[in-house]
Amino acid sequence: MFNYQFDWAIITSGQYFEWLVSGLKITIQLSTVSIALSFILGLLIAVMRMSNVAPVRWFAHSYLEFFRNTPLLVQIFFWYFGSYQVLPESVNEWMYEHNFEFVSAVIALTIYTSAFIAEDIRSGVRSIPKEQMEAARSSGFSYLRSMQYIILPQAVRITIPPLINQFLNLAKNSSLAMTIGVAELTYQARQVESYTFKGFEAFTAATLVYLAISLVITALVTLYSKKILNPIGMR
Amino acid sequence: MEGFQVIWDNIAHFMIGRYPSGPLGGLALTFMLALISCILSFFGGLIMGLLCISNNRVIRYPTLAVVNAIRGIPLLMVIFWMYFLLPAIMKRPTPESWTVIAALTIFTSAYMSQIVQAGIEGIPRGQTEAGLSTGLPAWKAMVYIVLPQGLRNMIPSFVNQFVSLIKDTSLAFIVGVSELTHVATQVNNRTMIYPAEIFAFISIIYFILCFAFTSLSRWIEEKLAWRKAI
Repeated sequence: MFNYQFDWAIITSGQYFEWLVSGLKITIQLSTVSIALSFILGLLIAVMRMSNVAPVRWFAHSYLEFFRNTPLLVQIFFWYFGSYQVLPESVNEWMYEHNFEFVSAVIALTIYTSAFIAEDIRSGVRSIPKEQMEAARSSGFSYLRSMQYIILPQAVRITIPPLINQFLNLAKNSSLAMTIGVAELTYQARQVESYTFKGFEAFTAATLVYLAISLVITALVTLYSKKILNPIGMR
Repeated sequence: MEGFQVIWDNIAHFMIGRYPSGPLGGLALTFMLALISCILSFFGGLIMGLLCISNNRVIRYPTLAVVNAIRGIPLLMVIFWMYFLLPAIMKRPTPESWTVIAALTIFTSAYMSQIVQAGIEGIPRGQTEAGLSTGLPAWKAMVYIVLPQGLRNMIPSFVNQFVSLIKDTSLAFIVGVSELTHVATQVNNRTMIYPAEIFAFISIIYFILCFAFTSLSRWIEEKLAWRKAI
């Protein structure tokens, strides 16, 4: 290490630079698609978790506990290797036509993240006074409609900072997709390392990019909490 | 059903790897890795947490920067860093399991230090002030007055962090440590046609282990809340 020749030029321009940039693009694509889908799924699970119908509530509860308490990597392997056994044939064909690795990673990341988002949304909903629900119900809204028009719009507003944090977690978790061959940032850093033996430079570049992503996201959360949630600076 | 037969035939492999005749592996290794890293990162987190709330800026700011940097990158990155740096620092080849323990310890210490900070900040300032005014030096007030109370409140968060560690050990797969996930991929590569059964089976094993500790942490939390109430 101490007689190691640093060569920063290889990662700041040329072919290897392009590899890293394409890796970053895939990381961003993977995280954005998965956060959008897992928000929708998480919202659904959160509403089911608070339902008055016991079996629906139990299902949502088991879903949450199961996917939060198993490693993401195992879930990725399950969907990647096992999808042909558990998903309908038509879905599998569609996956084979549309970048199988990427889609499996999106499925795993979406299901894993939705379990965390559902809990965030639920704590958002719990912070809304229960009189809001009572008022909505007594003015004739059904349970689902009161959720849709009265409770969730208020709850989601409070839930945005934890949601942005989930996006950050997702961006970091998406690095696991390299294990099934999705060419995201970590995968490309590894690739550059094995082609050039310049592991130090390649991983420094990838680390700095991840740090930049988390700095931007953390700044967004701080800004949102200061400006939108608490515009007059109450403590 | 044949898939379950395959799992049953390899059950010893899943649980302890090739243990009596070879190195420990499977679930036992997963648990070992998690436990060792947890104990090490408890002390790492305690030290980093205390440095983060130090009054001395020369100590506080660099520690905060390191903690936030580690929290900002994926665990996989830390594992790769250790994979390169550890042999270079030790000046000899290091076993892969050391790489993983080092990476998990550094990564988890950063998260543990946040728990420690929150736990210490949760103790009323009056406790420190009372300690100082009875003539204790600042470090003694911390060690004898604040920490014993703070640590008790941190227990549930520590247990949750241990659950995360159990899940995170699955990443040891990437450097070839034969813990549970690695064993599962081996069995899957050998049998080829039962991936769903095999990965569902190890998910359930992980789930049972993690859920047991999650429930423990909730139980402790309830106990602590009850003790605070009276």
